[in-house]
Amino acid sequence: MQNEVTISLDRISKRFGENIAVNDVTFTMVQGECLALVGHNGAGKSTLIKMLLGLVKPSEGDIELMGADSQSSNFVEIRKQIGFLPEQILFQNNMTGFETLSFYSKLKNARQSDILALFERVDLLAAAHQRIATYSKGMRQRLGLAQALIGQPKFLILDEPTTGLDPLSRQRVYAIINEVKNAGATVLISSHALTELDERIDRVAIMNKGALAAIGDVDQLRSSIGLTSMIKLTANHEEMAKIIHHFRHDMVKFEGKQDRLSLRCPIEEKPLLLKKIFELNVNILNIEIVDPSLEQVFMRYTNDVNTVGVEEL
Amino acid sequence: MGEILTMVAKEIRDGFRNRWVVMITLVMALLALTLSLLGSAPMGVTSISPLAVTVVSLSSLSIFFIPLIALLLAYDSIVGEYERGTLTLLLVYPIKRSQIIIGKFLGHLILLSIAIIIGYGFAGIAIAMSSEFGFAKQDWLSFGKLLFSSIFLGAIFLSVGYVISSWVKDRSTAAAIAIGVWLVFVLLYDMGLLAILAADTEQMIGSEVVTWVMLFNPTDSYRMLNLTSSAETASLSGMSGLSQDNKISDLSLLLVMGFWVALPLGLATSIFNRRQL
Repeated sequence: MQNEVTISLDRISKRFGENIAVNDVTFTMVQGECLALVGHNGAGKSTLIKMLLGLVKPSEGDIELMGADSQSSNFVEIRKQIGFLPEQILFQNNMTGFETLSFYSKLKNARQSDILALFERVDLLAAAHQRIATYSKGMRQRLGLAQALIGQPKFLILDEPTTGLDPLSRQRVYAIINEVKNAGATVLISSHALTELDERIDRVAIMNKGALAAIGDVDQLRSSIGLTSMIKLTANHEEMAKIIHHFRHDMVKFEGKQDRLSLRCPIEEKPLLLKKIFELNVNILNIEIVDPSLEQVFMRYTNDVNTVGVEEL
Repeated sequence: MGEILTMVAKEIRDGFRNRWVVMITLVMALLALTLSLLGSAPMGVTSISPLAVTVVSLSSLSIFFIPLIALLLAYDSIVGEYERGTLTLLLVYPIKRSQIIIGKFLGHLILLSIAIIIGYGFAGIAIAMSSEFGFAKQDWLSFGKLLFSSIFLGAIFLSVGYVISSWVKDRSTAAAIAIGVWLVFVLLYDMGLLAILAADTEQMIGSEVVTWVMLFNPTDSYRMLNLTSSAETASLSGMSGLSQDNKISDLSLLLVMGFWVALPLGLATSIFNRRQL
């Protein structure tokens, strides 16, 4: 069942009057994949998500989710398979957390007996029977996540899932996303928390001014735009002189006080440079490798999208 | 069907939880009681059944009060959830928009019915117990008819309220339109009609035309249904003139009121279906 296409967007555009919110976006997602949708505020992420959910009708193009057109009448049935966490999760304050999940659970025809397990999963069991008015922002966000997990959805859309959460809760959210993904669900995360996402996603889609600036594997995107890795070495004073002599062309910075040297090289040449360093047979005290972050990739694609164009990797 | 019932149950729970039902029931009972007791005082001991007085006072009260509370209940239902941000999430769930409207409508109608039956029923029983004659079986039937048609009147204005709520983008506009609708149907329509009739010194406009024009206002259908139902109520309400000319049967009036529920409800669903978030 792996690699089956669950979501396909075909030349999707959305105009609100003169304003083009989403411009000619095409991509597919396969089952079990985790894709991050990133972009500045107003880049068109939210509109794209609303179109995926069938809430907004595309001006042009077709969206298919698990075999159904998002604008067709049988899409209501497909909604049973979708879990969604909105960017700003809002619940009715006078209901308890349990009543809220019970209501949504009934709409999804999911088992009521699974509700408490959901509370446990997001670490909210103790507050299950409290009114939502008493919940903190983080608790509401976790209740929102529990809500999205009702009925074991096959497609999970999370809009800013870690906003307002402390580091521990963030870890927990990513652990849950991983569990869901391992169970075979397709996950779309829209986020600004680029540093968090880096190691946790399969692919990234970068949106800029309504268009898809790039989509692909993060590592491939990194190298394709010529971003470089940094190798930071610490060594004894005498040893350092040798290293500097050999690698003066790759040198970026030398901090004499700490005896720390920073070298730069294209990502794919990293192993070669390391090999050369070790071949010098000098005594290196510490070595640190810094790859360009997803944030740098993102900045690069969103700053000069015209020169880069859409890249499918 | 399950989705509709889930929606109904939620609306009813909401109504009880925010004490809406309790408040409205209390207000209804108080108003009904005051009106009925005050209304029967000047009668002294007469042959007129206290019921006729009660029905007239209560239906006059209903014409003002029930459309208002129905509109207040309904105007917020869609646009309120939209503004609070809970609508997006609800629409992502496997429930059709028509089911949301029907579920909310039924839930609100049940809440309104509870308030009307308890509020008016309480007043009715109090009057029956304080009256020397008590209520005859016929009296209870008329009283039942009043309750039923009052709920029906509520249903009409709930439907109209959903049209407003699914159409506009913010709550304050919805509230303003709701008040406007109330003013038109409850006050201005009949005042306008009266003004035209008063100006019509040549009597160009026949009574049939007047009856037809009144059919376009559901509050007038309600009025005709209750106030002309017996010679007693008709004379008490000053509707005897109309009552004699009125050849419209109760069934036709109910049919007209039925249209007033179904058409706005259908319109609200159609508007809501096309609404983009």
